[in-house]
Amino acid sequence: MSEQQIPSQLAEIRDDFLGLELRDRLQLLLEFANELPELPDRYRDHPDLFERVEECQSPVFIFIEVENDVVHMFATAPPEAPTTRGFASILAQGLSGLSSKEVLELSDDYPQSLGLAKAVSPLRLRGMTGMLARAKRQIRFKSVA
Amino acid sequence: MTIERDPAPHFSEFSHPERLVTADWLEERLGKPGLVVVESDEDVLLYETGHIRTAVKIDWHTDLNDPVTRDYINGEEFAELMSRSGIARDTTVVIYGDKTNWWAAYALWVFTLFGHEDVRLMDGGRAKWEADGREYTLEVPTPTPTEYPIIERDDSVIRAFRDDVLTHLGNPLIDVRSPEEYSGERTSAPAYPEEGALRAGHIPSAQSVPWSKAVAEDGTFRPLDELNAIYREGAGLKNGDQVVAYCRIGERSSHTWFVLNYLMGFENVRNYDGSWTEWGSLVAVPITVGTEPGDVPSR
Repeated sequence: MSEQQIPSQLAEIRDDFLGLELRDRLQLLLEFANELPELPDRYRDHPDLFERVEECQSPVFIFIEVENDVVHMFATAPPEAPTTRGFASILAQGLSGLSSKEVLELSDDYPQSLGLAKAVSPLRLRGMTGMLARAKRQIRFKSVA
Repeated sequence: MTIERDPAPHFSEFSHPERLVTADWLEERLGKPGLVVVESDEDVLLYETGHIRTAVKIDWHTDLNDPVTRDYINGEEFAELMSRSGIARDTTVVIYGDKTNWWAAYALWVFTLFGHEDVRLMDGGRAKWEADGREYTLEVPTPTPTEYPIIERDDSVIRAFRDDVLTHLGNPLIDVRSPEEYSGERTSAPAYPEEGALRAGHIPSAQSVPWSKAVAEDGTFRPLDELNAIYREGAGLKNGDQVVAYCRIGERSSHTWFVLNYLMGFENVRNYDGSWTEWGSLVAVPITVGTEPGDVPSR
């Protein structure tokens, strides 16, 4: 997928990160972590719907909702795992509101484009790549079902 | 030693009680000249959510590892890291962190490679500090840079490389990973990402003692009689043994290295930091699968 095709909300997040010094990128990630929304009431008591992201070191669970082809991503992760919360929050904000097609066409390497590899290490960034892959898989599964 | 040691009676049974401090001891001395508190966590952002007053952050990935070679930083880089952290060669450093000091022990081990003399762990780490209801701050200190000497890293005493491990076979090995990793069901801890070892199992003859056995419910180290039951009676370690500990990338085994070396007094313990991500991908080295240690291969 070429530069121009990245949905604008994801491009904005990327540009916000790339516009910062390494240290400030961590702060922005922390802001994302703090912004991870609580689960809406309708999902709060449904752990069964959520998928564990095994690629992350900390327990994080995601659930993708697709209604009228509009994607919404929900995630839950503990406060003592702010990096993982930050990754989930970036994707929740970046993917929510897009169409299934837009999410599925998004490059699997989007997490690598945020300039975070040096700030958090490539190994930790794998968690976000895993999260995106699982989000896409849930969408594929729902569009077949 | 710059700062007096913690005289807590329950540390006195350990072979090196000067390597541990209690949260009480630390809290009373925060801000004291000659003391620097270091937080080292698995989660790179945890420090930013709140930390012990005056603590600086040292991250195992971004500060202690060389970004290119799979190795630790060199003497110049360590001196630079110490300088910007406000640590002089004679500073008393107290390290604490998340996950029962898993990463704090790793940082302490790396400090020791550079011969930093007075480096200690705060028993129990973040979990204990929080359970005690103690305060955190968001304030990030701005240390005055120090003149830290450039010390060449000494890998010969507490670090084992793969060839050292091959030569070591026949002497005690402690595999500190989870039972699933030891038996070969998985190459990384349950619920942790698989980190690219091509084969699963353990180094032949290694005893399985998951690292976390050394800590009690509240995250502090177990008393000596319980440690003896685990490592001497359980894993068969004897006085005078040369021991190599390993895990997946050398962090959990730093924790066990700390226990064997500083709490139990084994004087010849090395951490094989290449660990399973290296051994499980090496060509033609022996591997045992299953729950039994297996025999040392004949050479």
